[in-house]
Amino acid sequence: MSQIEVRNVVKTFKDVHAVKGISLSIEPGEFVALLGPNGAGKTTLVEMMEGLQKPDSGEILIEGKNWKKHEKDLRKSIGLSLQETRFSEKLTIIETLQLFASFFNLGKERINEVITLTGLESKTKAMVGTLSGGQRQRLALAVALLNNPRTLFLDEPTTGLDPHSRLDLWNILDGLKKKGNTTLILTTHYMEEAETLCDHIIIIDEGKILREGRLKDLLDDKSRNLEELFINLTGKKLSDDDLIEQTK
Amino acid sequence: MKSIAHKQLFQLLRAFCLEMLREPEVLFWGIVFPVLISIGLGLAFTQSAEAKFHILIVESKPTAVDSLLSLYGHEGKHKGQPAIIWETNDKALGKTQFDFTHSDWESAIISLKRGEADLVIADTPDGLRYRFDPHNSQAQLVYMKLSALLQSPASHDADTNIAVEPLELKGVRYIDFLIPGLITFGIMGSIMWGVSYTIIERRSQKLLRRMVATPMRKSSFLIALMGMRTLMNIVEALILFLFAYLIFDIRIQGNIAALALLFLAGNLAFAGIAILVSSRTSKTEVGTGLINAVQMPMMLLSGIFFSYHNFPEWSISAIKLLPLTAFTDGVRSIFNEGAGWEEILIPTIALSALGLLCFAIGMKRFKWH
Repeated sequence: MSQIEVRNVVKTFKDVHAVKGISLSIEPGEFVALLGPNGAGKTTLVEMMEGLQKPDSGEILIEGKNWKKHEKDLRKSIGLSLQETRFSEKLTIIETLQLFASFFNLGKERINEVITLTGLESKTKAMVGTLSGGQRQRLALAVALLNNPRTLFLDEPTTGLDPHSRLDLWNILDGLKKKGNTTLILTTHYMEEAETLCDHIIIIDEGKILREGRLKDLLDDKSRNLEELFINLTGKKLSDDDLIEQTK
Repeated sequence: MKSIAHKQLFQLLRAFCLEMLREPEVLFWGIVFPVLISIGLGLAFTQSAEAKFHILIVESKPTAVDSLLSLYGHEGKHKGQPAIIWETNDKALGKTQFDFTHSDWESAIISLKRGEADLVIADTPDGLRYRFDPHNSQAQLVYMKLSALLQSPASHDADTNIAVEPLELKGVRYIDFLIPGLITFGIMGSIMWGVSYTIIERRSQKLLRRMVATPMRKSSFLIALMGMRTLMNIVEALILFLFAYLIFDIRIQGNIAALALLFLAGNLAFAGIAILVSSRTSKTEVGTGLINAVQMPMMLLSGIFFSYHNFPEWSISAIKLLPLTAFTDGVRSIFNEGAGWEEILIPTIALSALGLLCFAIGMKRFKWH
């Protein structure tokens, strides 16, 4: 059974066709990148998989269960970090984790594990309002990992981070990949992130899947990397300027 | 303790309390400000009875009023301007002071509009005329006092008015009327802003979105928010009562347990209304408008500062149906009339039912993101 099955999903906002009949299948333990420029429909698609938005038509199954009938079970088995995950600025890291742990009926032990995993040991008593962008993303990841999710959704987890913070997060996710218990769906518009972390890459633009497959299967002589592949597919660039600078 | 610490309701309540305690402004506006207001209003309305009125005289030539003023008045100042002061003493009603100043008609009208003067005495071909807004009760009072004084100035000497016997029983003073109203009004404000606005703000900042993507019970979130406000309201009401007790000797004459139950019912009613009001919008501007739309009519009509029996007869029965009116009347009856279970049964049931109904509708309509 696939970990995630998306069947002909459509989502429209007023006049905008955000997702135009996407189907895909993700196997257990896979690390999958949804790659596309801003406005491609990645977040809408991933939020429908997370059960935060309802598709206009089509079906989404996580471990064979749909959101309508199994929301309670699915909420317990997935972890997620939203594109703009916000936490109360007046709580400390430990208090935020205690709060979210209580929703899963988890105790101190698991809180300490995710703190160690995300390298937040020295910051547990810091108020969320005082954290840097990278620390906030690590907290968002720590919250997402609290319940040992079998399916983890991360929506642009490194957007806006400096290269050092981005690398920190990649290392944490790489460690998770090596354990092999989690299926990751990561949206990004950074090719390097997709190449480094994911085995399965799905390229999306204008609400449709343009190509998908393993990295080595997607590339050839005409498309030596994902940037070239994207230009060949759409005639436009994928990355923003700051990443091009960093990857040079 | 371990199991309690893991309970989401406890953790939510704890988180809301911590957030509130870490906002000193919230503590000031929630606790210190109502106490200051009650002290200010209490002192303003319980000072020794000394009434001071400003009368403008508009005349083309000296009149009888000037003759009386030269006899009974003395020269003085009114807000820095030369005036003639006429004071009368009454053992029961205290001192009354009329400050007379001369003016022309146009300036007199401006002073009336600004509320700087209470009444104008104008010299007309038909004699002296009192000019004031007959719907202004303060002006009416000045007219009655002044006309009586001008008709028989000599009879207003000290100790002549023996018909008035001051009633100073506990529960009949203005401050006894005011404090229960301030407590209930404070509860309404604290819940409407503390629950409604907090929800709308969290929704607009997408804080709710992350929480609802967990197995968190949605009712736990709202109950914890309501619980935190109720706790704060208990503290606020106790502090306010303590000050009123120490400064104004306010007493609770009725059943304290009944008061506690009614207090919880009032909190429940406004918490339910607050959830309903904030169930959909994510715009703080819209939220502010909705909160004001709920609060303002009750603030004006429910008899917080002055009795609603001053409103037209036909409106009284509608005013009594407002939750703040029912709550305030109930609390006042326990404070001042010695009411107990029997008297507060109906308002308690009505307020609780309203709160639960609004909560249920609010939960059904609630937009989490």
